[in-house]
Amino acid sequence: MADELKLKANALKSGLKPIWCPGCGDFGVLASAYRAFAELDLDPDNTVIVSGIGCSSRFPGFVATYGFHGVHGRALPTAMGVKLANPDLNVIAVGGDGDGFAIGGGHFPHAARRNVDITYIIMNNQTYGLTKGQVSPTSLHDQKSPSTPFGNLEEPMNVLATAIAADCSYVAQGASFRAKELTELIVEGIRHPGFSFIDAFSPCTAFNNTTQEWKEAVEVLPAEHDSSSRPAAFAAALTDPMGIGIYYRSERPTLDGRVRAMQDASPAGSVEDLIDGFSIVPREPAAAR
Amino acid sequence: MRLAGESGEGVISSGDILTTGAARAGYWALTFRTYPAEIKGGPCMYQVRIGVESVLSQGDSVDLLVCFNQEAFDLHHHELACDGHLVCDAESVRVTPEYESRSSEVALGAIAQESGGNRRGKNMVSVGLVCGLLGVDTARIEEMILKRYAHKGDVGESNIRSLRAGFEHARDHLPEGAHRLDAPRATNDDRVLVSGNQAICLGALHAGLRYYAGYPITPASDILEWLAARLPRFGGVAIQTEDEIAALASVLGASYAGKKAMTATSGPGLSLMAELVGLAGMAEIPAVIVDAQRSGPSTGMPTKTEQSDLNHALYAGHGEAPRVVMAPTSVDDCFHIMVDAFNAAEKYQVPVIVLSDQSLSHRLETIARPDPSSREVDARVTRSGAQANGSYQRYLIRDDGISPMAVPGGPGAYVSTGIEHDEAGHPRYEPELHTAMMAKRFRKLDPLAAHEGRITTSGPARADVGILGWGSTEGAAIEAARICLDRGLKVATCYPRVLAPLPVERIREWAQGMTRIVVPELNVTSQFARLVRSDVGIEVESVTKATGLPFATTQIADFITDGTSPGDDHGVWGPGQEGEAVVG
Repeated sequence: MADELKLKANALKSGLKPIWCPGCGDFGVLASAYRAFAELDLDPDNTVIVSGIGCSSRFPGFVATYGFHGVHGRALPTAMGVKLANPDLNVIAVGGDGDGFAIGGGHFPHAARRNVDITYIIMNNQTYGLTKGQVSPTSLHDQKSPSTPFGNLEEPMNVLATAIAADCSYVAQGASFRAKELTELIVEGIRHPGFSFIDAFSPCTAFNNTTQEWKEAVEVLPAEHDSSSRPAAFAAALTDPMGIGIYYRSERPTLDGRVRAMQDASPAGSVEDLIDGFSIVPREPAAAR
Repeated sequence: MRLAGESGEGVISSGDILTTGAARAGYWALTFRTYPAEIKGGPCMYQVRIGVESVLSQGDSVDLLVCFNQEAFDLHHHELACDGHLVCDAESVRVTPEYESRSSEVALGAIAQESGGNRRGKNMVSVGLVCGLLGVDTARIEEMILKRYAHKGDVGESNIRSLRAGFEHARDHLPEGAHRLDAPRATNDDRVLVSGNQAICLGALHAGLRYYAGYPITPASDILEWLAARLPRFGGVAIQTEDEIAALASVLGASYAGKKAMTATSGPGLSLMAELVGLAGMAEIPAVIVDAQRSGPSTGMPTKTEQSDLNHALYAGHGEAPRVVMAPTSVDDCFHIMVDAFNAAEKYQVPVIVLSDQSLSHRLETIARPDPSSREVDARVTRSGAQANGSYQRYLIRDDGISPMAVPGGPGAYVSTGIEHDEAGHPRYEPELHTAMMAKRFRKLDPLAAHEGRITTSGPARADVGILGWGSTEGAAIEAARICLDRGLKVATCYPRVLAPLPVERIREWAQGMTRIVVPELNVTSQFARLVRSDVGIEVESVTKATGLPFATTQIADFITDGTSPGDDHGVWGPGQEGEAVVG
């Protein structure tokens, strides 16, 4: 069984060699994604991975599914368009912390509150890797970088709390170096009917190598954490931001589901009838004639 | 004729009723409205040109002016034609002495009170007055009023009494007019009365639109609203996104996933979309973007018209990304341009920017009923149609530059990307590859410029002067050419619909033998004239204005025959309004 899964996961490789640096966390996230897709038996022809710009946004190129490598920060609205155009597709958006929470930050709360049935994986390295190490919205206070030579004057964004505040219906956190848990979180996220957000710690070995300290700091969320409670999730996001697991999960109607219901409830339209509606001689629609 | 008063006083609804009534009675009509950007208050006016023959433009000076208040008189009296007639509300307007001989003061409120029991019916009295002066039968209008107020008790009846009282007052007390219209010709024409934006929506739906995304902005919001109510009946949807960037991003996502998709905006929205226009060009994703231009720059004058986004549409985005730019010239053309736009987008896998403007998008016009069956709809070349077997390459370089596009959900998984790529879509930076890909992306548009893009020409053969223009000025240009002919000068017009890629050869051919080419446009920097000079390589005379208002026919004619510049429109369409504008 395990071998069969491995074969399936291997078949999901596009054949392109990832451009990431040795030791980059994104390799781990990609491996967990292959594994998760294999477990879910996703049909590559029925799956679209959407990304923006950045090291981690090259991700779609390494998977043998459909992919859309678009514009910096715009993965989420692009993914929404894909999903609403064809709700039968599995749609997964991926990207970095800068792509998702700086330049693309304006889209995140709207994707969350709309609850479009897509999965969003952030590879969070608290830095801008592709442009060589400037701070990102998740960088820590005092973090030294080429753009903060005297240390970061700003405070990091709590992305988990932000997601919960925006009523994201699935909020989870994993880490590139905790493959088993991350795979599970991705599987659960894709299964979740609605907008699922997975923040994955994914260290940048070139410009902000946090590998060792993150390995020591992360800890699986306590068993008693009640992920069905929004207040409990909010509290955990504030007090335990290095946790691994599902912070919040609740099912509510999806935008794509509501769109489909609205379409199903609408009588079939005809352009001829719509034009007749503007006739200078008022007419009844063809159906009534 | 023109109605002028305070915004919120019923000027717009009176104008709508009058226009629809005249259209239903068998006249041709074309409207022109200006209104403030504020929701309530501020001067507004509604002009409608009504004819027995079809009407091409807003015309020039006003034959019949109705003023509801003193400000309306002060703002609009300059534009009354020498033989025009003025009707003023006797209770609130004092006309200046020079107008006394050609004005009638009517106690609109008192007549409304007496006939309908409510002073607010004075707008209906004014509609009746206008019908009486023009000789337009009110029967159609009465039907409409009854229908509109069917669920509002006796409001309909009371309005009809006011309407009739106005009509009778005109008949009994106002001068038997120089402005009576001939009876409309009896025809079996199938006509519709639609706005530019509505025609845009109808054309888009016929072309197969299924996904719309947009952000509210004047003067494009009604496209979002109209489609939101109707797309679900076609299995589609209209989404109001958080900004224009998300609108175009989601349109590209939907198009990539196989649906025909569009957005509509105005200049400020197109500014935000610029980067994604480049992506659509590079990744070769079909998309249609309507820019209902408004007066800029920045917030500018959101409710006023201008043709100042041409350069923006031609060049939006960094690098050199192919796109098609089209401009409709009339309400009828709004329907057809959308079919053209979707066909080009799908066939050539490019973004197509359609440049309407406020005056065209928001005017109502009677047009021959558009016949969808006369317009064929193209589809993109898909993988199944071309490369069902063998290894699929999304960006395969073919002679025509068009690469078959696989659709997610079916075989042919590939990555659509804005990074330079080889035929398989894999990132590559080699000089020869970039050269080949750049060439392919532009080459595919050649047929559009060479023969596919529509061009309309009018006027006598062997004309002395040519008017070469774009967009909504065509009606005024054709009428200006007729005025010039009356003045003894043969003038022809030429309006290409596709501005990028520009049909250079065909314009050159048309211009042959003419001594002067005049390019009218509503902007300051002669954007189209410069394009013609550089790309077509012919010398042209530019006639521009950027007052927020369309050309009057005589402004173009006077430039051609007398060299007079249009100036600032004082005394043509009336000055603009003061007041703090809100972003519309």
